[in-house]
Amino acid sequence: MDDANSLLKAKGICKAFPGVKALNNVDFELKPGEIHCLMGENGAGKSTLIKVLTGVDPLDAGDIFLDGKAIAPKSPHHAQQLGISTVYQEVNLCANLSVAENIFIGREPLRFGSIDWKEMNRKSQELLARLSLGIDVTQPLERYSVAIQQMVAIARALDISAKVLILDEPTSSLDAQEVEKLFGLMRKLKKQGLGIIFVTHFIEQVYDVSDKITILRNGELVGSYETVNLPRVQLIAKMIGKAFDGFESSCKTLKLDILQERRNNFLQVRGLGHKGSIHPFDLDICKGEVLGLVGLLGSGRTEVARTIFGIDKADSGEIVIEGQTVAIQSPADAIQYGLAYCSENRKTEGIIENLSVRENIILALQAKLGWMKHITKKRQDEISKKYIALLNIKTAGPEQLIKNLSGGNQQKVILARWLLTEPKLLILDEPTRGIDVGAKVEIQKLILSLAETGMSVVFISSELDESVRCSSRMAVLRDRVKIAEISGEEMEEKYIMQTIAGV
Amino acid sequence: MIEMKDGHFYGVTIDILNRAAPLMLLAIGMTLVIATKGIDISVGSMIAISGAVVASLIGGKLEYVDGVKTLITLVPMPVAIITALLVTTLLGMWNGLLISKVGIQPIVATLILLVAGRGIAQLITQGQIITVYYKPFQFIGTGYILGLPFSLFVVGLVFGITFYAVRKTALGMFIESIGINAVASRFAGIKVSKYIFSVYAFSGLCAGLAGLIICSNVSSADGNNAGLFIELDAILAVSLGGNSLDGGRFSLVGSLIGALVIQSITTTIYALGVPPEITLVVKSIVVIIICLLQSAKFRKIVFSKWAQKRGIPSEKNAAKL
Repeated sequence: MDDANSLLKAKGICKAFPGVKALNNVDFELKPGEIHCLMGENGAGKSTLIKVLTGVDPLDAGDIFLDGKAIAPKSPHHAQQLGISTVYQEVNLCANLSVAENIFIGREPLRFGSIDWKEMNRKSQELLARLSLGIDVTQPLERYSVAIQQMVAIARALDISAKVLILDEPTSSLDAQEVEKLFGLMRKLKKQGLGIIFVTHFIEQVYDVSDKITILRNGELVGSYETVNLPRVQLIAKMIGKAFDGFESSCKTLKLDILQERRNNFLQVRGLGHKGSIHPFDLDICKGEVLGLVGLLGSGRTEVARTIFGIDKADSGEIVIEGQTVAIQSPADAIQYGLAYCSENRKTEGIIENLSVRENIILALQAKLGWMKHITKKRQDEISKKYIALLNIKTAGPEQLIKNLSGGNQQKVILARWLLTEPKLLILDEPTRGIDVGAKVEIQKLILSLAETGMSVVFISSELDESVRCSSRMAVLRDRVKIAEISGEEMEEKYIMQTIAGV
Repeated sequence: MIEMKDGHFYGVTIDILNRAAPLMLLAIGMTLVIATKGIDISVGSMIAISGAVVASLIGGKLEYVDGVKTLITLVPMPVAIITALLVTTLLGMWNGLLISKVGIQPIVATLILLVAGRGIAQLITQGQIITVYYKPFQFIGTGYILGLPFSLFVVGLVFGITFYAVRKTALGMFIESIGINAVASRFAGIKVSKYIFSVYAFSGLCAGLAGLIICSNVSSADGNNAGLFIELDAILAVSLGGNSLDGGRFSLVGSLIGALVIQSITTTIYALGVPPEITLVVKSIVVIIICLLQSAKFRKIVFSKWAQKRGIPSEKNAAKL
């Protein structure tokens, strides 16, 4: 190959973790002025490849070339010095420092040996202005939405290095407008000759911005393709290694069945509210239905779930479960009444990262039983093996620490944790965020089959098409108020969007 | 090392085990606290309080009754002991309340009792060192059963019960889960504040027991000096036992070994006749060495070099071949 024309090149990369071969003889090439998408299912090795390129993990074998010269990044800091910067999926900044501090942390401009605040704030303002972001840089970062935090992370990465920018799922928490802004920026940077590696699960976005696609599967390279020459169906087929089945049609028929069989209310919410997070709302959830909660980010979808589940104690209203008024003061109470809640923040509110897959699975059931009624080790093994097989969780075994699993598989473990408690109402907050197409479809199918068995599901998702496909009824939220319920024929993307927008 | 004398085992090993008993008790309680990502620096003060309570309750006034020297105790010994343990457990609960319900950071919450506790102990003893003349009380710290020090049986019992509770019920997993991620644990339905409250109460109970042994050992209660700085040794014991101060996975056995290591160092230093003014320096050097040996990074740097010199391929190279 022509080395002179490539910016970043990796050859024969191998990397193994205990029990898993994460990367096996993978080649990768990035040209200057190219937006290169890295695609693959969960556990395909995308994150590992990035970690190896940026020096987070040492590689077992293979070579990396930058501008034709062999490099061996020893740490993310070293990689940055060489010219490779990364913005990760979960924002890695200090929430309680100011925006400017976050951008310049570790390399603050100095004046007479002390930090030159004026200069730092001015430079930050300038940097963010280039991303068309006009925010007060002296405010603490936590004041701003995740989307803005992400932009700040990108600004920081850009300012540090100027050759290769790696974006690991930067768009998973952005809304459409913000995504467009980010893409505009990416195109601008591309013109300046920067090479961008872009990891995402949104197929549309891939076709929006990228020039080239490299696909990985199970740690092996499937191939690199020009984006224009690779139709979507083929891309997905290559990712999951089989033809895509007609999920759409199976969903529709299932949904109709559910509607026809609609039974009695399982849970009624009357005037439930929590000051500062959600206005009092009414909500009925029937047995065996999938109720979608839709609305923009921050419209109060998550807050509805948190209030019902007792995380935020409601300060008004009541919850009636199967005809009986109940007092839910904590998640522990909610679980006793047959509720389960899968949080949108998998890392901070879901997984217990240093516990094994087995322990993560049995945790909620054990908590429901109390500490005295210990589930025996043998039973735990049986349970975890059963759910690993049932949900197709990719792990070296039940004793593997959950933090070593990929995002989608962690999500499945959390699902297993809740299914094990045999909930009557399962609340899923963005269960498919940041996971790949294959696993997404699996989880959507699972939701529908659970509903079929009579379990009620509350489904929260930012992806409208997904909500439409899975839900039998929808509640719409705007500005922390429940504004409408939609069912039947009205459940169609355009109408829902109009309702959300309020036109 | 160990020999039989008058039906008792004697020797350096027994001596170390006996003297380490209070520290081992503290380390058991401290392990659980640290596993929840907390810390309890008030155990030294609670030792002083426990000693002060038990000594002042048993009292032990020598009076001449009918011309015979007789010892008068204020209350029966079991009542005094139970009261002392109750007091320290309540103080532990106070710590737990501040931390789990009020939300004060553990080091600050227990710092309050660290400072106030010495004051309380001195109030109880009215600023005096109370001497306990009542003979049966001395059995706790100096008595022997089956040739072994009685204090070891106390440690064994507490260890046994604790070990059973954390490994044969779900308690250990809940504590670890809380230490790793308290928010996610609460979301999974664990009553986080209940368990945090409990581990501090338990740490108070352990400190109370340790206080009884120390008080009985010297037959007196000294509000100023009993258990002074022992909280630091307890934390060190937990840490030497391979437990992360960041919470999560823990090993009770490790902490016990840690406590024994600390006591061995102290005893050895004295036995070797090291001048007292440099004992602390020697102790800290040994601790540094142990900590370095525990660090995976340090081992990798040192031992891989050593292995290369000897011509043994390191693991990584072996994988390549």
